[in-house]
Amino acid sequence: MAIKSRPVYAGFNVDITAQQHVLALEGQGADALLEKLAGGHPMLERAEILYVATGSDHDAALRALGAANYWLAPTAEALRDRLSEILAHATMCTRLYVAGTEGFIGSIVQLAADFGIANASIIKEFRGSQQRRVQCVHCKGFNDNVTISPFQCVHCDLHLFVRDHFSVRLNAFQGVCINAETPDIIPPSVEMYR
Amino acid sequence: MAMIFHDETYRDDFSFHNSPESIRRYPFPFHEDSYMYAINMENHLPGKPGSSYEHPIDVDEHYVSEMRDRAIVLNEDPKRCQALPHMMAAQWDTLELLMTNKARSYPDLFTLERNGDLWHWINQPLGIDDTFVFGDQSTLPYEPMEYITRQAQGDFCIVDQRNDTLWMDAGMVTCQADWSLDFDIGMNFMEWHAPVPMAHELGIFDRALKFLMNVQQGRPVRRLNWTMTVNPRLDTSPENYHKWGPDKTTVTAQNIGSKLHLRCELQSFWRLPRSNALLFPIRQYLISLNDIATIPKWACRMHRVLTTIPDSIAEYKGFSRNRQLALDFLAPFDDGRELTLGGEPE
Amino acid sequence: MIHPEIIVRVTDIAVVAESIKQFTFERVDGGSMPVFAPGAHIVVSMDDQGKLRRNPYSLMSSPSDSTSYQISVLRVVESRGGSAFMHEHVDVGDTMTISHPIDLFPLHATAKRHVLIAGGIGITPFLPMMEVLNESGQVFELHYSMRSRRRGAFLSELERRYGSRVSAEVDDEGGRLDTRKLLIDQPLGTHIYVCAPLPMIDLVFGVARELGWAEENLHREVFLAPPAGTPFYTNLAKSGTTVYVAEHQSLLESIEAAGIDVPYLCRGGACGQCETTVIDFDGQLMHHDIFLTDDENVSGTKIMPCVSRFVGASLTVEL
Repeated sequence: MAIKSRPVYAGFNVDITAQQHVLALEGQGADALLEKLAGGHPMLERAEILYVATGSDHDAALRALGAANYWLAPTAEALRDRLSEILAHATMCTRLYVAGTEGFIGSIVQLAADFGIANASIIKEFRGSQQRRVQCVHCKGFNDNVTISPFQCVHCDLHLFVRDHFSVRLNAFQGVCINAETPDIIPPSVEMYR
Repeated sequence: MAMIFHDETYRDDFSFHNSPESIRRYPFPFHEDSYMYAINMENHLPGKPGSSYEHPIDVDEHYVSEMRDRAIVLNEDPKRCQALPHMMAAQWDTLELLMTNKARSYPDLFTLERNGDLWHWINQPLGIDDTFVFGDQSTLPYEPMEYITRQAQGDFCIVDQRNDTLWMDAGMVTCQADWSLDFDIGMNFMEWHAPVPMAHELGIFDRALKFLMNVQQGRPVRRLNWTMTVNPRLDTSPENYHKWGPDKTTVTAQNIGSKLHLRCELQSFWRLPRSNALLFPIRQYLISLNDIATIPKWACRMHRVLTTIPDSIAEYKGFSRNRQLALDFLAPFDDGRELTLGGEPE
Repeated sequence: MIHPEIIVRVTDIAVVAESIKQFTFERVDGGSMPVFAPGAHIVVSMDDQGKLRRNPYSLMSSPSDSTSYQISVLRVVESRGGSAFMHEHVDVGDTMTISHPIDLFPLHATAKRHVLIAGGIGITPFLPMMEVLNESGQVFELHYSMRSRRRGAFLSELERRYGSRVSAEVDDEGGRLDTRKLLIDQPLGTHIYVCAPLPMIDLVFGVARELGWAEENLHREVFLAPPAGTPFYTNLAKSGTTVYVAEHQSLLESIEAAGIDVPYLCRGGACGQCETTVIDFDGQLMHHDIFLTDDENVSGTKIMPCVSRFVGASLTVEL
């Protein structure tokens, strides 16, 4: 069942009306664009592509698209810095696209919000690992790349299950103590989010 | 009649208690023998004298102690009170609404004198006497929402209305039924209701959202919601779940009457004038099963409701573990007779 | 009573431009007017020779002034009677009934920049908006289109107060709003607000969409006047009665005249509040609203009684 608080990733549909296209791609997120634009597309003349590889290898393929601008970012942090510079000078005729893991998408949504871009107006596609970023609701610490539930919070050591409740602002799921009512019983961890 | 405020606690020794008058004015949420989600909105019009609905913003015998408990929670976790930057106008709207309503309903307890933007507020029960400039937050010890909701019972959310939905953009939330403002702040209506089972599929939230977005100035509405809580604890937050969760294991057939509490929320919805935001006071009322048992109709009805409620709702409302014990306690009060509709004592 | 109302006295009437009168209302009981959010309107009830009319007008006075409200009314030549009644039959000292403020055209709280686009009498909601934006130090600009300066109410006052943030496009001086030029290089976070006749709103929104603007950033206020038409009868199923809708009357007005309360907010075909289920009809529904989708219009199951009409043999609605 869909999680109502989790963003909907509708997939890469090109907004042909936009005067400028800014694309932030992480790892396998590059495939979202490459599959869509396999045969080339007029939007590329007005497209600025930012890509961080994080283990994948799409540099050559993306470069070959021949977008107006293309930049291979060394890190996600560097990509976000560059994106901020672009958005600081962008107009309302700009469409923002983002593809990659949920954590990466969330970080771009947050950044865009600071520039007044509505979350709903961003075109998104989810690609890559299902692992979750989880905030411990008790100590407020963040746990990255969570693949199992329950898991132990790295900050406060409580055993948490991952509630299907996602905060765009925090870019995280909610982790809640699993054994509060049964302190001695901690269910075995199961790999849930590969 | 002058109100006598209890000196009582909502933690540690749990000395909270209801007077007989307080029991009779309890907003009992079960109007019929079964329960299912419903929008159940009605106009927030004044009710019978003495009832919880008599005044738009209710003040009762627990006021002073509830405010003391709120201060303890805020001291431990200041993030229970937050407002996004664009909500300042709505914060002032909230302050105005709570001050004017309290002063109008309880002139013996609260006084508001307005001289243009210079306001003089006296809160007699809490011993507060402040003069400030409306619209100038530097003249108050806190931001306006925090200032006034440290003096108002119940939780408060302020939701902004934009892009055809509502946004949880400010709140004072210290006595909540297991949801976190710090986690939910900034979410839209569908997002913050995500963990509620079944209601999405029933289309409840689509209809509720449409209804709430059309709430108009001068015409507030209300509804009741409820959960169950072990011990009269106000702070049943997810933040502290690992501290209060174990309470649920302490209920026995012997102590359930004093331990298990029905927690009714009187939720009202107000269109705020300057900001066009909605103020959403969530006022909670606690009552033990022992106290419910003093009203035969309520004990009988509650037995029927708890018998028929779906498991997923019992789980969400946090009493599936103690459901059977509660049924055993209430069963003797259910003699099969026909009950009148409505939540009135009889 | 679904809508709480306020009894007011007309304390001033001023001609503020050709065919535009400004009315000032104060409470009869001497109390304060409710504070309102910029963009809000009120619904003014008029007793037009026994016929009840209710028209929406944007509040244009200062939101911080709780002593009175002001509205401005353009005398519409083809008026069914509302604006003509206000112009010809309302005098200083008269008592009238108004609704509480209703805001269907609010400022967007998280916007970085506000571009206000007014056409003619559509200037009114922007007066309080600009006051609030100015006081809170937010960035805004106004583009005000009008047929002639004689019809440009409040223009000189606005220019004096807000200087270069106000620009006027005057038809008979050859001025015309270059929408494309205006919208093509607005920075991210800009929101546009249009209050104007429907064709102008369509034009501005159309250009914005062509240029790739996000829907989330487009806001409009429109009050469609209920059009006149052939009289018709409507059966009200729940109420078990039939109403007659005269040529210059809306279906909503005729239902209200029968003593039946219908929820409404804009009375101009835009907000969706008075949406009513059509149970059965033999003829043609004349949809004049901008709320229902094309699919809903074709389905023949819904009608907005504030502006829409019917031609044919029989119509039954759920009320």
